[in-house]
Amino acid sequence: MELDVVELSRLQFAMTALYHFLFVPLTLGLSILVAIMETVYVMTGRPIWRQMTKFWGTLFGINFVLGVATGITMEFQFGMNWAYYSHYVGDVFGAPLAIEGLMAFFLEATFVGLFFFGWDKLSRVKHLMVAWLVAIGSNFSALWILIANGWMQNPVGAEFNPMTMRMEMTSFFDVVFNEVAQAKFVHTVSAGYVTAAMFVMGVSAWYLLKGRHIELARRSITVAASFGLASAISVVVLGDESGYDAGLNQKMKLAAIEGMWETEEAPAPFTLVGIPDQEDRETHYAVHVPYVMGLIGTRSLTEEIPGIAELVEEAEGQVRSGIIAYDALMTIQEQMQDTPADVMETFEQHSDDLGYAFLLLRYVDDPRNATEEQIVMAANDTVPHVWPMFWAFRIMVGIGMALILINGYFFVRSSFKGMDYPRWALRLSVAAIPLPWIAAEMGWIVAEYGRQPWTVDGILPTALSVSHLSVTQLLLTIAGFALFYTVLFVVEMGLMIKYIKKGPTQDVAVTDEWMAKHEHRLRTHDGNVPEFTPAE
Amino acid sequence: MILHELISFELLRVIWWGLLGVLLIGFALTDGFDMGTGALLPFVAKTDTERRVVINTVGPVWEGNQVWFILGGGAIFAAWPPLYAVSFSGFYMAMFIVLCAFIVRPVAFKYRSKRPSPTWRSTWDWALFAGGAVPALIFGVAVGNVLRGVPFHLTPSLMPIYEGSFFGLLNPFALLTGVVSLSMLIMHGAAWLNLKTEGRIQSRARRYGFTAGVVAIIGYAVAGAWLLLITDGYSFVDAAVTDGPSNPLMSDVVKGGSWLAAYGARPWIMIAPIMGFVGMLMALRGLTSGGEATTMLWSKMGILGVISSVGLTMFPFILPSSTDPDSSLTVWDASSSHLTLFVMLVATVIFMPLILMYTSWVYSVLWGKVTEDDVTANGETLY
Repeated sequence: MELDVVELSRLQFAMTALYHFLFVPLTLGLSILVAIMETVYVMTGRPIWRQMTKFWGTLFGINFVLGVATGITMEFQFGMNWAYYSHYVGDVFGAPLAIEGLMAFFLEATFVGLFFFGWDKLSRVKHLMVAWLVAIGSNFSALWILIANGWMQNPVGAEFNPMTMRMEMTSFFDVVFNEVAQAKFVHTVSAGYVTAAMFVMGVSAWYLLKGRHIELARRSITVAASFGLASAISVVVLGDESGYDAGLNQKMKLAAIEGMWETEEAPAPFTLVGIPDQEDRETHYAVHVPYVMGLIGTRSLTEEIPGIAELVEEAEGQVRSGIIAYDALMTIQEQMQDTPADVMETFEQHSDDLGYAFLLLRYVDDPRNATEEQIVMAANDTVPHVWPMFWAFRIMVGIGMALILINGYFFVRSSFKGMDYPRWALRLSVAAIPLPWIAAEMGWIVAEYGRQPWTVDGILPTALSVSHLSVTQLLLTIAGFALFYTVLFVVEMGLMIKYIKKGPTQDVAVTDEWMAKHEHRLRTHDGNVPEFTPAE
Repeated sequence: MILHELISFELLRVIWWGLLGVLLIGFALTDGFDMGTGALLPFVAKTDTERRVVINTVGPVWEGNQVWFILGGGAIFAAWPPLYAVSFSGFYMAMFIVLCAFIVRPVAFKYRSKRPSPTWRSTWDWALFAGGAVPALIFGVAVGNVLRGVPFHLTPSLMPIYEGSFFGLLNPFALLTGVVSLSMLIMHGAAWLNLKTEGRIQSRARRYGFTAGVVAIIGYAVAGAWLLLITDGYSFVDAAVTDGPSNPLMSDVVKGGSWLAAYGARPWIMIAPIMGFVGMLMALRGLTSGGEATTMLWSKMGILGVISSVGLTMFPFILPSSTDPDSSLTVWDASSSHLTLFVMLVATVIFMPLILMYTSWVYSVLWGKVTEDDVTANGETLY
């Protein structure tokens, strides 16, 4: 019964988080692209750039609002579905979340209204400032949420307090400058930038294929391709940085991604493809690339990366040590401040492994009564399911590489080839619109599914983190969210498509008039007569 | 890090108790008029143009206002983790309904004007109505239950176990406080529309707002009498340890006696209910004959008084447990650690003044009435 609540709570969290993350990456990147376009407008005074700002701004708004709406669920779900987690780590995890509200949400939400409503009420420069504040606010919110998330992956700057039965912060500095959090932040926002760049490029390519809104589309591609190329490179490089950090902090996650069952001799090979088999602890039909894994994971030729079998053995030792901590903790719970000094000392020696004793709660009510067999089972539980990790990672990386190529190609064409794009490239760019989203969702799976069986790595098992709810309650809310979110998704897609088909509708007359007047010097096509009909 | 010991743990807890109040009041004062306006929408505005006028009075600001709610949640998580864990999981289904309302409301604001079809628009109008009225009611119901005590206990490992049901929340006293909350926010929304609109909408808003205000005042008086004369209060058995570890199980609490005792021990807190009554009465007067901006201010004062009277009456209790009083959460045993409270205070001291500054700037840019001419002339940029 308990287990069902755990599985359902995980399902609901995964569902709402993955859904929320359909909207966030586009918000992160498009807010900046729109601000860049408006900057060009303010600097040059050319109305076409204002038209671009408003057009992409409209699409930004349709997307933004669902990011906001579904983000509220994320903020409240911890308390609703993960009550013991909230109690256990709220002292550390809550702070970045609250600061996110103070520093980021207020900024973006207060100014986003003015961005849409303030065109006539503000001077050009002030409106531009508003656009940038929205972009900065959105990106700050990613910073703080990833500091919170980074702490779940690599819990630094905190220790367990037996008096309050929870983790308490010992250094705010360590929590904020957690290297995992920093790498994740840059990796994630870069992914958002690529998403937006691909979106702008794809939609613009579609206009070019249809021969509509040529001027807007060409300029949009130019901005998007250079922004997208820089970001796509940054995603992959900083993804590698995350890989390196995973090597230091989450060895098990790295081993699962790699499907590396046994410790390999350094430098370990990278398995390009294969079929991981959890039961036999073997990856069938594996194709290896020598040295690469060792380089990513350790940045050396001599250091070994531990395989899954070795890590499970290590975990078994930690479960045993955790049982000692648990035993001492029970004494402390009874005697509180009157606990004898030697019990306190024993506890402190073993408290780092306390979380491993909690893994036994799945099998036995009191970890102290665990059998040898149960200890082995608990240690085995520290291995995440390998094949989803293995494949999610490979899909993500493959898409990342493809996006570098696509953005690079368009960057070259827009900068050095007079913005002349072959039709196959335009078609490819339209077809590639969904790719960054797929990669982002896969990235979430690698990071969070790969964290299992823990909510906070090595500290608190997922099974212990949930609220005391009934299966019926969870089924009701899961059904509710599924229904509600599906309707919203259909509505959102409908509006997006409608507004993309409609094209820019604001400032059309003034832009066209200006374009006609300056056509002779603005021709974007090598001085030849443009082969497409101009924007309607 | 020893910097945080500059402010004692006890004082930090009191400050964060106060800041919790500031956030809840900030939410009620700003998002409160959004919710009230939403609840009034189908009634004060009949034609599409009228409805667009009403929606556009809050159109540019609801998003920022809603952050008070999100920040409230985040700050409870960070500063009062046990409160966050117990209340959000305990009021599970009620929270789910609130979430749905807060999800549908932004979407309704943003998407309503994107298609001209009357069915499309009227669907979103009712979504805005529900998105305003339902949370306003539920928040009041929640407060009523908190005042009565909530059926939960904590295990020795401090896992919160909620023993009640969703329908248990709907007891007569809590329903009454729900009505007070709803009617008070409708009055507040009417005061906002009184300030931001003119003509027919304005006169309808005044009429509905007046009725709502009368209900709020009577309801508040009845609820107050009920609470102080009939409902059981909670108290510590021994003098509370104010700077001990945040473990609610370490103190003994009894149910019984009356919340009225607070007014004997701290007579000055009378000021809160007085502000509540005076503010709401003056707002009523304003809705019939007073100045538009001052009516809004009186309404704000009324809400400030009503909400702070709840907190001040219960102090130091935050969430009493009706079935296991020892598990009750109080200011002295349900906070974050000394360091976390300090860090959060520093963040608040830096960012809260900035937030107030730029929010005021945005409101000043948007100052003035929204008219039917505005919305018909600016079809593209407005909602």
